[in-house]
Amino acid sequence: MAVVSTIVFLAVLVLLVVNSPGWEDVKRQFFDWAEFREALPEILSAFGTNVRIFCIAEVFILVFALVLAVLRSLPGPVFFPLRALAIVYADLFRGIPTILVIYILGFGVPALQLSGVPTSELFWGTVGLVLVYSAYVSEVYRAGIESVHPSQEAAARSLGLSRTQSLRYVILPQAVRRVIPPLLNDFIGLQKDTALIALLGVVEAFRQSQIDVAATFNYTPYLATALLFVLITIPLARFTDWLVARDRRRSQAARLAG
Amino acid sequence: MRRAFIAISLLAAALAVTAGASGKSSAAVAIPGCATDSLKLVSAGTLTVGTDNPAYGPWFGGGEIKGSKWKINDPATGKGYESAVAYEVAKRLGFAKSELKWVAVPFNTSFRPGKKNFDFFVNQVSYTPQRAKNVTFSASYYNVNQAVVGVKGKPIATARSKADLRGYELGVQIGTTSYDYIVKNIKPTSKPAVYDTNNDAVTALKNGQIDGIVVDLPTAFYVTAVQVENGTIVGQFLSVGSQERFGLVFQKGNSLAGCVNKALTRMRADGTLKRLQTQWLSKATGARVLQ
Repeated sequence: MAVVSTIVFLAVLVLLVVNSPGWEDVKRQFFDWAEFREALPEILSAFGTNVRIFCIAEVFILVFALVLAVLRSLPGPVFFPLRALAIVYADLFRGIPTILVIYILGFGVPALQLSGVPTSELFWGTVGLVLVYSAYVSEVYRAGIESVHPSQEAAARSLGLSRTQSLRYVILPQAVRRVIPPLLNDFIGLQKDTALIALLGVVEAFRQSQIDVAATFNYTPYLATALLFVLITIPLARFTDWLVARDRRRSQAARLAG
Repeated sequence: MRRAFIAISLLAAALAVTAGASGKSSAAVAIPGCATDSLKLVSAGTLTVGTDNPAYGPWFGGGEIKGSKWKINDPATGKGYESAVAYEVAKRLGFAKSELKWVAVPFNTSFRPGKKNFDFFVNQVSYTPQRAKNVTFSASYYNVNQAVVGVKGKPIATARSKADLRGYELGVQIGTTSYDYIVKNIKPTSKPAVYDTNNDAVTALKNGQIDGIVVDLPTAFYVTAVQVENGTIVGQFLSVGSQERFGLVFQKGNSLAGCVNKALTRMRADGTLKRLQTQWLSKATGARVLQ
């Protein structure tokens, strides 16, 4: 029944689109197979830039965000300035649209004409993504840290572990494992936002497809780019599912064994 | 005497006819088959012309008008080359100045499928055969050359040929034939940087993020005169293959293009286009040619 209803639903949808008055125009300007084949190789090679930005940014985000989250979880009045700094940071960079952060850094910092400061668009674009996504990811980490029951730290401290040691060996391993799905969710977002660096003149996949579109007034290259982003996102999504499933299996097995 | 009287009355009649005709100037120069009320228009009785906002010189002029949404220049002033061409086309088709309405259309939406909100779009769009598959172009209203702008005193300013430019980092606005020119004819060793707007490319040039930008020659004169201190036109390039030309952009298959082409043909034949170019683009000639 599910199969039948799905097929009928899709058939109605396709008929609706194909019989719409503008379909011929849309077909010509969006689904041009020859255009697709011609544009794909260049877009694919430009997509390498997206993957590079993404991989480099991800490493820095994971580290920087963890530092922020730990700063924000520090107890006691002595650490108030650091906590406040972490809070202000998260508020600021979650609040400003990513596109503006990249514009301001990418064109603003090089305009200062400081010697020794890089002017590379790629550099400042990546820095922009790291700053914004670290704010998001630090909140994810913090949620993980706070989800670990206080008795865990109390137990660790009573065994003679220092505060740092209990954070390192007891709290963080549990916290990070719990937040892997939302972390990967943020990384899917990051993968897509690498396209924003195009604003600074970097020719990545989206910009390459824009170039092709403008040269031919045919939108098919956009579909090719969309396809590439989807293709790289799906494995990550399935990997997340698998991690979650494995974790559930393990905790159930542990409960049964216990 | 009688004969003289007849002659005078004939002369008077002729004068009256001429006066009548000049009062309704469109009747005297009307293009056959292109009467205003027979044209297929987006809104009846009005010629709706699209261009991008802000409207840059030397294509548009006259500055900003208080209370108008147009930035840098208001196309409705009739000043600047493209504005002047649009009003002249409108006049030849029998529209009064007040019957031409301007709409702001970003370049990227000018060629999207579906109904357009303009009769034609004028924004330095170069004709290419691939583009012509998706929109209809008018005949040329300007034959254009590309040019490269650098900063005085920098190494790029001494380039004397396309080969000299190959080692530099060049920037360009997306969607321009300037980009095609770089990739196909200059073939630099590093990929050109491609920006959303010419302004962004100019900013990158000023920041030293790139060595030079490639734009059409009249824009190059505007950039060096208004936007970049110490900016210099390194040189212009001649078109490779067929001469590059700007055309007005119409919805694919719009029959209005035929009438506009007739108007443009007349404007070329009677020297009007040349005159408008001298008036608005005169400074934009005479840059060194880079072979």
